Amino acid sequence: MNDMQFLTWVRGTGLDIAVGIFVLGVLWRLIEIYSLGRKMDLSPPREAAGASGWHTIFRRSVPPPGMVKRSPVSYIGGYTFHIGLAIVVFLFAPHILLIKDLTGLSWPALPSQFIDLVTVITMAAMVVVLADRINKPVKRYLSTFGDWFTWTLTFLPLLTGWLAVQHLLLPYTWMLALHILSVELLLIFLPFTKLFHAFTVFGSRWYIGKINGHRGVPV
Amino acid sequence: MSASLQKGINALKEVIDAPIASYFNSCVHCGLCAEACLFYLETGDVKYTPIHKLEPLRRVYEQEYTLLGRLGKMVGLSKAVTDDELEEWKELVYDSCTMCGRCSMVCPVGNDIVYMVRKLREGMAVSGHAPDGIKGATKRTVEIGGPMGLKWPAVANVIKKAEAATGETINVDKPDVDYLVLLSSMEIVNFPEYLEALVKIFKKAGITFTLASDAFEATNAGIQIGASDIAKVIVSRIVNSAEKLKVKYVLSPECGHAYMAIRWEGPNLIGRPYNFQVVHVLELLDDLRKKGVLKMKDKFKDPLILHDPCQIVRRGGVLESPEPLIQAVAENYIPIVDKQKMNWCCGGGGGASAIHTDEAEALRAKAFRIKKRQIEEAGVDTMVTFCANCRIVIEEGIDHYEMNTKLLGLTELLAEHLED
Repeated sequence: MNDMQFLTWVRGTGLDIAVGIFVLGVLWRLIEIYSLGRKMDLSPPREAAGASGWHTIFRRSVPPPGMVKRSPVSYIGGYTFHIGLAIVVFLFAPHILLIKDLTGLSWPALPSQFIDLVTVITMAAMVVVLADRINKPVKRYLSTFGDWFTWTLTFLPLLTGWLAVQHLLLPYTWMLALHILSVELLLIFLPFTKLFHAFTVFGSRWYIGKINGHRGVPV
Repeated sequence: MSASLQKGINALKEVIDAPIASYFNSCVHCGLCAEACLFYLETGDVKYTPIHKLEPLRRVYEQEYTLLGRLGKMVGLSKAVTDDELEEWKELVYDSCTMCGRCSMVCPVGNDIVYMVRKLREGMAVSGHAPDGIKGATKRTVEIGGPMGLKWPAVANVIKKAEAATGETINVDKPDVDYLVLLSSMEIVNFPEYLEALVKIFKKAGITFTLASDAFEATNAGIQIGASDIAKVIVSRIVNSAEKLKVKYVLSPECGHAYMAIRWEGPNLIGRPYNFQVVHVLELLDDLRKKGVLKMKDKFKDPLILHDPCQIVRRGGVLESPEPLIQAVAENYIPIVDKQKMNWCCGGGGGASAIHTDEAEALRAKAFRIKKRQIEEAGVDTMVTFCANCRIVIEEGIDHYEMNTKLLGLTELLAEHLED
């Protein structure tokens, strides 16, 4: 297989397979989780301002008092790489073109040099949170194979994308094909690993907000 | 697999719901919950990380309710929960968890960890892996009436004393009054002044009330151990009595988990809403304060801080009443940094204070250091709280560290300074 054949495959069949597994996997997992339902709370609710599922979906994006000081790397590193990922994935011109091809939707892109910078910062933040996972006893204790695996799955698209744009290490076509392949791996594994929190985080925050909001506690 | 273990696993399968499934799938192993747990912070032992305490529940969830987990179990990739493992987890689920719920406040993905601990205890209890101390308290509550084995004569004695001290007659089993007043064993034994305080305040407010000889105990050991069937029996005593006496309200005492049991878990345990309302004593007092009934003749002068009991405030939702009440009676109230719903637990809630092994007691003493620091940093000699169990645990801590801290109950403090 030469570089063009490889690129054609990852852009065609490979992408179809990955998107197919991703979409079906996400639907399956969402049904598997949320069809379990829950019992109605029969105690009379207490009304309190800001105590609801919807409030908590937003409120949990802000660190509780005193927590940034207790675990600065988790918060600063966490914000940096999540926001960085969102910028790189959704505001890089070639990505917007792909989304336009698939859905017809498009929006303005950020300059390529800026995306370069954000990519480097995001990778740096990911390396820092990885080091923190290795160094911090609690994080190391909780870590399983899945944690190292999903870190790698998330890091590879950033790295290969950046290398492709910089024309480093491998010829552009190869690197671009590897970049697309790494994204496909990410899509395939996302529904079945902790990366699925990208979807369940909203449900979890809603539930905790609703359950505690019933008792009048904005959480 | 032993029959009791099978029962335990079945109980866990029963309690797993969509919130729990969502929570386990959202966990990214960030470990921030540990930074909110007094047992981890005061010992530095990673096994006390709150989400780790749920490992048996997580595995049952994965193995029973996910396709991949079921496959993993079939091919032997995922090991089944065993009796030995649950026995090991006893310390993590009971001794080192007071169900204070502070971890649930900080989880960035919104996992309600304490909600899951409560559910895990259902499986621990039926499989026989609850600590002896809590088992004993539960048995005494079912067989005798209260966790400390108190019978009605002890309550009648406290009533007699309160009548002598106040010159008022206290109703027993009187129907059609406003309030049925509940007590906790700790109040009956250790803080009988609570009832005197109530008599004084009720008289002033013109509120009628009764005690019930068949339902005086507000605490619910069934909830602490995690046995819903027993919890239901205990809560039904109160519901039956209140509905028989046709009271409008049931007054939950200061005691924290009694309030959780009767106000929030009760209707779900008996499977229907009540025909009366449950009010926490501080809610009533704050209401009376707003109406101008609760006037003070003078104020408590010494600087003091407030300890917010977890089950009343963070978990029970009585958020806004305590501070205005303490401000009404104290001249030098000092608000602390981690207060109200971000308070630190006394270290002995959720049944932990009933565990009397050397290890559990040593762990509680360590966990208390966080409270000790709060008192020392505020530079006060007085702390006020409103939970009988917190009071016992904090007094043990004060003794252990030979501190000069005076601990007061909020209701009694208010009654003491009430205008005659």
